[in-house]
Amino acid sequence: MTAVFLVASAFLASAVEFVEALTIVLASGITRGWRSSLTGLAAATVVLAAIVAALGPALTLIPIDVLRLVVGGILLAFGLQWLRKAILRASGFKALHDEAAIFAEEAAEARTAARQERAGLDWYGFTLSFKGVLLEGLEVAFIVLTFGSTQGSIPLAALGAGIALVLVAVVGVLVRAPLTRVPENTMKFAVGVMLTTFGTFWAAEGAGAHWPGDDASLPVVLAFVIALSFMSVGLLKRRRLAFA
Amino acid sequence: MKRLRAFGHFWWDFVVGDDWRAAAGIVLAIGATAALVAGGVDAWWLMPVAVAAILWLSLRRALNR
Repeated sequence: MTAVFLVASAFLASAVEFVEALTIVLASGITRGWRSSLTGLAAATVVLAAIVAALGPALTLIPIDVLRLVVGGILLAFGLQWLRKAILRASGFKALHDEAAIFAEEAAEARTAARQERAGLDWYGFTLSFKGVLLEGLEVAFIVLTFGSTQGSIPLAALGAGIALVLVAVVGVLVRAPLTRVPENTMKFAVGVMLTTFGTFWAAEGAGAHWPGDDASLPVVLAFVIALSFMSVGLLKRRRLAFA
Repeated sequence: MKRLRAFGHFWWDFVVGDDWRAAAGIVLAIGATAALVAGGVDAWWLMPVAVAAILWLSLRRALNR
C-alpha cells in the first residue's frame, strides 16, 4: 500500500512540474529556436541528475528517525503551501493555473528580448529553458529524494517520476503545444493532499510517536486530509457566495 | 555574497513560502509531539489536529490579505 502511495505521489508531483517545464521549453523553442532551448533542457537535466546522484546516497546515511523528523517537517511546510493554494483555487479565491496563459506570457517576453549569441547559442533561449527546467526539476528531485529516502526506496520514487517524465515528454513531442488539457489544478490539489499526508505521518513518527497500526494508518491520515481539504473548500465557497 | 543570499532566498521561498507562521506552527507541533512522547504520552494524534489548525489559520490569513 505504501509503495503504491509512494509511486503515485512521485508520479503526480513530477507530472505537474514536468508540464510546467514543458511550457517554458516550448515557449523558448518556438520563439528563440529549438537548438538553444533543447541545449538548455539537456544542461539542466545533467545538473539535476548530478544533484540526485550526490544527495541520494548521502541521505541514506542519516538515521531514519532523524530523516523522518526533518523530511516530515519540510514536506508538511511544502505540502501545506500547495494545499492552501489548491483550496483557494478550488473555492474561487485564486485564479486557476492556466498553461496557455503562461505560455503566451513567456512567449511574448521571449519575442521582445534582444538576441545575444554565446557559444553559438541564443543565450536568452538557453537560459530561459535551463532555468525553467532546473527550477521545476528541483522540486521533482526534492520530492523523489525525500519520499524515497524516508520510505527506504529512492528507486521506487524515481520510477514514479520517470513514468511522468516519459509521458509528458512523449505527449509534448506529439502535441508541440502547452498541455492545457491536463487537469493540472486537480493534480496540484492531489499533490498537496499527498505531501501533507506523508508530512503529517513522518513528522509524528520522527518525533517518536507511534501510529496505531503503523503504516496501516497512512490511508486514515490520507482520508483525514482529504476530508479537511473538501470541508475547507466547501466553507470558503459558502463564504465567497455570502460576500457576492 | 549576493549569490549566497539569492540561494538562501530560493530555499526559503521553496520550503517556507509566503506564510512563515505556518512553518513556525509545524515546528511547534513537532516539538510538542516530541515533548509529550518524552513525557510518556504517545501523541500521534497531535500532528493531524495541528495540521488542521495550521491550515485553517493560514487560509484565513490568505483571505484577509
